[in-house]
Amino acid sequence: MEPAVDTQTAAPDRSLIKKLAPARKQLLACIQCGTCSGSCPNADAMDVSPRYLWRLLLTDNAEEIFKTRTFALCSTCYTCTLRCPRGLQITDAMSLLKQVAASENLPLYKRSIRFYQSFMESVRRHGRVREMEFMTLYFMSMKNPVIPLKFTPLGMRLMAKRKVSVEIPSKGTQKLDAMFRKAREIEEQS
Amino acid sequence: MTYIYYPGCSLEGTAAEYSISTMALFETLGIELIELDDWTCCGATAAEGVSHLLSFALPARNLAMAEKMKAKSDILVPCSACYLNLKRVEQGIKDDHSLLRKINQVLEADDLVLKGTVRTRHLLDVLVNDVALDDIASKIVRSLEGFSIAPYYGCQCLRPYAVFDDPEAPRSMESLITVAGASVYPWDMGGRCCGASLMSTAPEAGIELVAALLEGAQGADAIVTVCPMCQMNLEAYQKKASKQHHTHYEVPILYLPQLLGLAMGLTDDQIRLDMNLCVPGSFREKLANTLQPA
Ligand code: SF4
Ligand code: SF4
Repeated sequence: MEPAVDTQTAAPDRSLIKKLAPARKQLLACIQCGTCSGSCPNADAMDVSPRYLWRLLLTDNAEEIFKTRTFALCSTCYTCTLRCPRGLQITDAMSLLKQVAASENLPLYKRSIRFYQSFMESVRRHGRVREMEFMTLYFMSMKNPVIPLKFTPLGMRLMAKRKVSVEIPSKGTQKLDAMFRKAREIEEQS
Repeated sequence: MTYIYYPGCSLEGTAAEYSISTMALFETLGIELIELDDWTCCGATAAEGVSHLLSFALPARNLAMAEKMKAKSDILVPCSACYLNLKRVEQGIKDDHSLLRKINQVLEADDLVLKGTVRTRHLLDVLVNDVALDDIASKIVRSLEGFSIAPYYGCQCLRPYAVFDDPEAPRSMESLITVAGASVYPWDMGGRCCGASLMSTAPEAGIELVAALLEGAQGADAIVTVCPMCQMNLEAYQKKASKQHHTHYEVPILYLPQLLGLAMGLTDDQIRLDMNLCVPGSFREKLANTLQPA
């Protein structure tokens, strides 16, 4: 059972609501048919359904949106986008929620945020992702340096196959640093 | 025929056998692959979670590099995640000039400019639409008769851009499986998400998607796929999925070029089955028994 939307308690967090505007705009034509929820392979694992998430979005209920893990459980399969009778860009809206959660550094999504950030850090330094380095960065950022990939069973199997090698995080050539800085600059302006 | 080859990060590491078998397959077919100069990461699914603009600029950098190459050809991409990222830029800038302008502002920092003249193609698209089936058939020297193969497409080569197949009921791999002499395992899960992108951030949800696919493929000799994310995800978590479902899943997950390579009689060094994490003895035995000259 999903709780009814209580508009009274929806905190009018203006900056969050503004950040959500592009997603809200994408979902304006939603008719709450639930096709997206019914198509989603991860619906069972989500705390509220995609359809309900859109209702929260359309009622500017940022507070409730960022209490759910629904969008963090989206595996970007595009099935909902394909099937939505209104042709809405649902998967993009899910991604936008992920971005907002990351930019606000919300603790509930720490795992995904740190994971994405560690990956991107490795890319910024070397231009290509170094799988072992990025996993090490990830575990370090999770303050859990004892379980980097090399100690997990999968990591061991990959090393045995010489698919990954031990990589101490290094500064690299800072290959994409200029592009990363420029992108941030542009995004901060808008 | 010539293509600009964009391997992407996985094919340099955890999916090296995909790259090796792809290069061997195209060489056998007489198709030239020229590696993209100074290519960089496409951003995978991580860029999107950090910066919307970078999620376009990172793949765009590779398109811009391809435009600079002497060879005026399509870019061939074996990894579905890379493919979608590159495709998304190609499609996105078509009618969004402000997006193109922003991308170019970022690329300027690396002295590059994107015009939008190069087309991104998935490996599977090229194999079914550019290469004549007869040309592939003419290279088959060993029939994989008796093998039942489940074609697994995953998400990103099918959706959201329906470029070369039905995004919900894909069939493009079937002719390639049958031309190799094998039969197509009947299932309807070829386009279902395997949850690879959840494996590190929400493994409890991801493992259920893996288990559903492995369950669906019970009875197939192998699953064949065209994406390194799917391949690794389906192969690496079989033990975990088995434990959770109190059963024993053990099914090899081959790359399509590996399967074709086996039928074309390519060498072990060109197929590198030894790099796959799950190749049960029973599968190897069946291979040894069935691989008779056609
Ligand atoms: S499928 Fe589309 S219209 Fe229906 S609930 Fe989902 S977003 Fe709304
Ligand atoms: S794209 Fe995300 S929300 Fe949509 S069906 Fe797939 S996993 Fe669910």
